[in-house]
Amino acid sequence: MSQSRQRQPLTYRSRILQPESERAADTHPLTWRLRDDGETVWLDEYLRKDGYQAVRKALSEGDPQTVIATMKKANVRGRGGAGFSAGVKWSLTLKGSGHPRGYIVCNADEMEPGTFKDRLLMEQQPHLLIEGMILAAWANNSRYGYVFLRGEYVEAARSLNRAIEEARQAGWLSPDINGSGFDFDLAVHTGAGRYICGEETALINSLEGKRANPRAKPPFPGQSGAWGKPTVVNNVETLCNVPAVILHGADWYQGLSGDRSEDGGSKLYGCSGPVANPGLWELPMGTTGTEILDRAGGLRDGLRLKAWLPGGASTGFLLPEHLELPLDFDTIGKTGSRLGTGLLTVVPETTSMVSLMRNLEQFFARESCGWCTPCRDGLPWVVKLLQSLENGQGEPGDIEMLEKLAADCGPGLTFCAHAPGAAMPLASAIRYFRHEFEQGIGKPRAQAHQDPIPAGQV
Amino acid sequence: MAIIHVDGQEYEVNGAHNLLQACLSLGLDIPYFCWHPAMGSVGACRQCAVRQYRDADDDKGMLVMSCMAPATDQTRISISDEEAQRFRASVVEWLMINHPHDCPVCEEGGHCHLQDVTVMTGHDRRRYRYRKRTRRNQYLGPFLAHEMNRCITCYRCVRFYNDYAGGTDLGVSGARDNLYFGRYEDGILESPFAGNLSEVCPTGVFTDQSHSDHYTRKWDLQFAPGICQHCSLGCNISPGERYGTIRRIENRYHGEVNGHFLCDRGRFGYGHVNRDDRPLVPLWRDQPDQPPISLDVNDALNRLTNALRHTRRIIGIGSPRASLESNHQLQALVGAENFSTGIDAGELSCLALMEKLQQTGGLATPTPRQIEQHDAILVLGEDPVQSAGRLGLHLRQAALARREILGGTIGVAAWNAEALKTLGQDKFHPLHIAWPAPTDLDDVAAGRYPLGPDGIAQLGFAVAHAIDPAAPAVPQLSSELHEIALRIADDLMGAERPLVISGGSLASRAVLQAAGSIAQALSRRAKAGGLLFIRREANSTGLGLMGGHSLNWALDELAKGHADGVIVLENDLYQRAHAARVDEALARAAVQVVLDHQSTDTTAKATFVLPAASFAEGSGTLVNLEGRAQRFFQVYDPTYMRPEARIHESWHWLHVIAARLRDEPATDINLDTVTQACANANPALAGIVEVAPGADYRIEGLRLAREPHRYSGRTAMGAHMTVSEPRPAQDRNTPFAFSMEGYSSFHRPRQQVPFAWAPGWNSPQAWNKFTDEINGHLKGGDPGVRLIYRTPKHRDYREPVSDPIPNGDGLRALILPRLFGGEELSARAHPIQQRITPPVLILHHRDGEDLGVSPGDQVLVNDYPASLTVQEQDDWPRGWTGLPAGLFPGLAVGDVIAVRLAQGGGA
Repeated sequence: MSQSRQRQPLTYRSRILQPESERAADTHPLTWRLRDDGETVWLDEYLRKDGYQAVRKALSEGDPQTVIATMKKANVRGRGGAGFSAGVKWSLTLKGSGHPRGYIVCNADEMEPGTFKDRLLMEQQPHLLIEGMILAAWANNSRYGYVFLRGEYVEAARSLNRAIEEARQAGWLSPDINGSGFDFDLAVHTGAGRYICGEETALINSLEGKRANPRAKPPFPGQSGAWGKPTVVNNVETLCNVPAVILHGADWYQGLSGDRSEDGGSKLYGCSGPVANPGLWELPMGTTGTEILDRAGGLRDGLRLKAWLPGGASTGFLLPEHLELPLDFDTIGKTGSRLGTGLLTVVPETTSMVSLMRNLEQFFARESCGWCTPCRDGLPWVVKLLQSLENGQGEPGDIEMLEKLAADCGPGLTFCAHAPGAAMPLASAIRYFRHEFEQGIGKPRAQAHQDPIPAGQV
Repeated sequence: MAIIHVDGQEYEVNGAHNLLQACLSLGLDIPYFCWHPAMGSVGACRQCAVRQYRDADDDKGMLVMSCMAPATDQTRISISDEEAQRFRASVVEWLMINHPHDCPVCEEGGHCHLQDVTVMTGHDRRRYRYRKRTRRNQYLGPFLAHEMNRCITCYRCVRFYNDYAGGTDLGVSGARDNLYFGRYEDGILESPFAGNLSEVCPTGVFTDQSHSDHYTRKWDLQFAPGICQHCSLGCNISPGERYGTIRRIENRYHGEVNGHFLCDRGRFGYGHVNRDDRPLVPLWRDQPDQPPISLDVNDALNRLTNALRHTRRIIGIGSPRASLESNHQLQALVGAENFSTGIDAGELSCLALMEKLQQTGGLATPTPRQIEQHDAILVLGEDPVQSAGRLGLHLRQAALARREILGGTIGVAAWNAEALKTLGQDKFHPLHIAWPAPTDLDDVAAGRYPLGPDGIAQLGFAVAHAIDPAAPAVPQLSSELHEIALRIADDLMGAERPLVISGGSLASRAVLQAAGSIAQALSRRAKAGGLLFIRREANSTGLGLMGGHSLNWALDELAKGHADGVIVLENDLYQRAHAARVDEALARAAVQVVLDHQSTDTTAKATFVLPAASFAEGSGTLVNLEGRAQRFFQVYDPTYMRPEARIHESWHWLHVIAARLRDEPATDINLDTVTQACANANPALAGIVEVAPGADYRIEGLRLAREPHRYSGRTAMGAHMTVSEPRPAQDRNTPFAFSMEGYSSFHRPRQQVPFAWAPGWNSPQAWNKFTDEINGHLKGGDPGVRLIYRTPKHRDYREPVSDPIPNGDGLRALILPRLFGGEELSARAHPIQQRITPPVLILHHRDGEDLGVSPGDQVLVNDYPASLTVQEQDDWPRGWTGLPAGLFPGLAVGDVIAVRLAQGGGA
């Protein structure tokens, strides 16, 4: 019986598409330790490859402020997609006398459609994240850490938990880390599968065991976060950048991107969709879409590129002409889209934008937490309209209504960034491909239904 | 104070407010849903969007939610901005996607904040062409009906129920546009404040079930300013009447007493007014045990005065559930030497002590609202939620207010509700409760100490000693109590405004003395604290001030034959004394006159029953636990729909009887003259004349309207009796008119507001138009006049005292107040009856073993008929048994009782 019930082996393993030979310590801070065989880098190997050197260095220097200063100078921008400077975030955390020691929380709820970068880091190199979290905890005077992990990431949970235990045994997570007197430990918390848990304050609520509704800011988590204590939430990739920044310095980090971008460092870029070779690469910040698409081997089966999303479903569509732009936060921001997670989603000519948008908006409508009105009640209306257009049942005025709904879900009008994230691809899809939406209009305006609508339908 | 600019106009506002609060306080209309004046902002509904500009040069600005933006100095906003208006219309359009278009048949219609806001934003065309989702509803108990289809997901219900009132059995489940606000399964909502959901919900999801049972639109109801009759807190209410019956009770905003909320006893306890078995005409019994004969008024008065003339001496028994005016008229009729307050001797002596301590205890009496500003509280021998309902909500807010202090340290405004909740977590201002049974405040309490009255008194004296060593120490104090006393003393001394709350529930003078000693100690240590005593009934404080003999005295006088006539005013003696004792006393009297608005065991024995007005048909004055005299006003004329009724205020009956006894024609009196006479006769009550404006009060030359201007059918509602148009009832007693004609607006400040309505504001949110600022005071000042003042002089400490130990060995009785069933009038209301839980007898398991009873057994106490289920509580004080209030008239706290198994009562 136990034989037949055995778990099926995973058919997909996260992998990086650059060979070990291409990845060097001074150019690929995130991935140089990863093995070609895809096996996890455990503690011994991690220690052999400069593991925990940054923690050793930071703790022995004894001043958390230097860590923050270095991070600020390096300008490590939030790799979860928002691009906010991690150093600045850390400098705003309430710490010192009169403030309780709080939490460092790693946002590992990677649920952005088309995004699969954090998974690689956690599955194959969990100690890098742990080291990053220790440094973040040191800088922010955090008492305890949580990795808020996407529930489906079973493999990552296994690997993180084993690594945490290794680190604990080796004294890297302990009441007296490396003899510094600094005490810190951390735990993995697996989520129950809600996209909104990627929003840092919803994540905190979920971590506390509450409904995953975002919180109003201010106060920011750094002032009053998990259980009302100062809390820092950083993305996996952001935290994985920290050890190298501390070890090699801000200038080195800034230099990694060369003159491609104002933003320093390297970035885990990726590509998915009907391309020959979908996957992940660590490349200098500011690498162009063209280069990434080349690395992915271009579109499959002679398909032609119609549009692409620069970093997940909540970023705006870009056209083939935008492929030449360096993929960094500010450049992509100027196009009206966002860099997001930096993992490209490719849309071929054969895909209907209306169907694609219907699919995406169904996702966003389903994942709304239900707190604020525009998101909760506006997005389902968007879905209904897109379904009508998809079925040729659209009416004149529907596209304008979609535009209005997208505008009403803009930043500042909704409680958090979820609805704006849903509005951005919609608005850009209509902007660039309005004719496809117009083709869905097949009915006169406001015509009465011929028959009563059956219960539960439409 | 801050200067803000709204649509180019400059205003001065409270800088601690958010922009929504500030604008509403100015009288500017911004629509909103999730924000509530008492519950702060959460930014969920997005309805209150306005455009905010960075500075005078910024002409672009951006839309912000006014509820989440602080009203800081030099803020510039536009409410009328076109895009803001369009966005606000969008929000309503979204909310209406799934909202039923059933206003004409919805019970919220005409009373609905959603309706008001929909009209305000101008949304009037449906563009959503798809199907609405539907929901199933839940049974939530006798108080509230549930109609989830109407829900617009503002989250107010769960925020009130859980965050504000501490409930645990209402929640939100689901996500996205599939949210459900309800219980995990059908069942009675547990919170004693659940009824507020009918006003908190901006639309018709939670509606008043008792109203539904005899529904009338708000605009068709006739209102008057009322005072709740069901405990000593004196919440202000708006009773609404139609066709001669009260249809619902709504909260009437009072900035210092009840604010926006009532308890469920007060909201749903009005059914006694509508009972079919009420006496409507004078009744006469020739012989006891004979069925009564109805008399017309003149005949009744003739026979009655004749009978009274033949008596040697008449005892008058007043009532703490009747107005001061009625009690005074009785006192005047029989003479002070023959007047009893109708209150048990033990309770009466406690009332006198409470009044004295209130004056001389050293600390001021806070208003209920001010309780929320106290930062450390000791409740000594009371269960406030059970004995004073709404007061429990005040205490909870006081404990929760620690959040605002914490918020202040990191710059989170007091209105930022969710942020404060996050920050506060389980940190509360210290609230210590000395009470034997679990209370509804335990979840926010620093400690509850399960002691009997003797232990509670000891603890209290020990706290006083710990605060001020000059206060005498308690001999033979256990080390455990000593520790607790030190902890409590530390908390009280560490606070800026400590508060001591005690009361008459335990009928223990020792407990009250102990509370007084603590207050004394705090005041000597220069603390600006408070001292508050909970009384039992709506006018207990007033009767204490008026003075008079105890009920025991009256019964003794009658039983001994020292008097042969008795007049009982609105008092069922069988609720207050042992039946045998009352029987004995009444049997010796040749003439028993009972005035009441209820048919009671006492009216059943009376020679004469005169139909008295309830609070709904009459006016009068009550004094609440602060010592605040408040007037309630007649809501409707009982003869308008029931011409056969001969209901009059007791003070009116008594005035006429007194005149007839003197062989004089009855002089023309009205409420004002009676109130004046009462004030003249009782120096302690001199202030009651100022409590409310007299009958000649007018605004803009008009009486005040009892009916909304849309009131319909007034001239036709009696058409089944006569088709001639009747003259509207006339009111000689009050400045109100039984009419929609009269002043009903908010522009001219006034204290007495029968119902809140303002153009465009039909829901209870209209109260915001009547207050000087949001959550502030009524523009005309909060009604009521304080009659009890602190005399600023120190008293000497009393040595710790204990209550006299009764003779006999055995378990002693402890009467536990209960919100539902513990009060006579509300217990006559059908919805309340459904909420009364089966009575239990609580004891320690060792005492249970000694008695030979075990949990679940049915037992009887003494010769009382009520059968109780035995319940054991691990930390219950040895030697005491907890008995539910309302079932053991005449049984005093501390009495030794006999407990025996009921027939077949073994579990």
